Amino acid sequence: MQQIIIITGTRKGIGKELAEYYLSLGHIVIGCSRDQGTIQNKNYRHTQLNVNDEKAVIKMVRSVKKEFGRVDVLLNNAGIASMNHFLTTSFSTVQNIFNTNFLGTFIFSREVSKAMMKQKYGRIINYTTVASALRLEGEAIYAASKGAVENFTQTIAKEVAPYNITVNAIGPTPVETDLIKAVPKDKIQDLLEKQSIKRFGTIEDIKNVIDFFIDAKSDFITGQIIYLGGVHN
Amino acid sequence: MSIQKVIIDSLIELNEELENEELNHPTAETKLYGGNGTLDSLALVSFITDLEERISDEFEKDIVLADEKAMSQRTSPFRSIETLTLYIEKLLGE
Repeated sequence: MQQIIIITGTRKGIGKELAEYYLSLGHIVIGCSRDQGTIQNKNYRHTQLNVNDEKAVIKMVRSVKKEFGRVDVLLNNAGIASMNHFLTTSFSTVQNIFNTNFLGTFIFSREVSKAMMKQKYGRIINYTTVASALRLEGEAIYAASKGAVENFTQTIAKEVAPYNITVNAIGPTPVETDLIKAVPKDKIQDLLEKQSIKRFGTIEDIKNVIDFFIDAKSDFITGQIIYLGGVHN
Repeated sequence: MSIQKVIIDSLIELNEELENEELNHPTAETKLYGGNGTLDSLALVSFITDLEERISDEFEKDIVLADEKAMSQRTSPFRSIETLTLYIEKLLGE
């Protein structure tokens, strides 16, 4: 069955690959990013916005409801990372990271849940990171913002459960995308060494977990956080 | 259509599911949430969600019916149809 899927942060990286993947399966994908979209497909719509712009998000979700009548899946993919010692991290960097990673996830989840409540069905997937579980030095702020996302995921999973909406999170290991291009190679190697399975994650690993979460048969799976690579708290 | 009429229409539709006698003929004085209110918190969120959509369609303005006092027994704008009407009027005027 064709699904209506909202994915945030689809201009590049994992978000773009996931959008193209779900489009290739015949689904409708509605994406967004701060800049213009980069996907051309008749089943793709793009909105240019900041994910923490409440008014813009409300407008986008309402336009999806108007055009397609429902929203089946939300992937809160948009995220920014920052590697820095916390003593040399600026206040504005912390605000930026929390604005995108936490507030963006919050606003999209709230607005999309409203549509899902009415249809009594929905799948919300949030994004965390193995850096949160590993308490990784140099990732204090990024991991804290994702720690907030994890706790939020598990709590709202309870709040929306009566409406047959599930909320889960995936915690990828480093994948070779723009998000980590600025991180020194030895730091990445150290991180991979902390995983049970010591390799980079791939887009296929991420698709696999998301496919599981959004499967209609996964209606008894909620409030779960799946880290890739055998990482755990 | 007046704000109060939008609220009442939304309540009547919600009540098709709730089947609560007190909501069969809502008026400005009808208590909604908290104290002697007729809605529980789950019904309240369904109601708010529907109402936001109706207001957006009717008045062509997107408002968010979220408030730090939403769940307060004493000061919630969702206490009655009257308080909710005033609250929505204020949001639409902003």
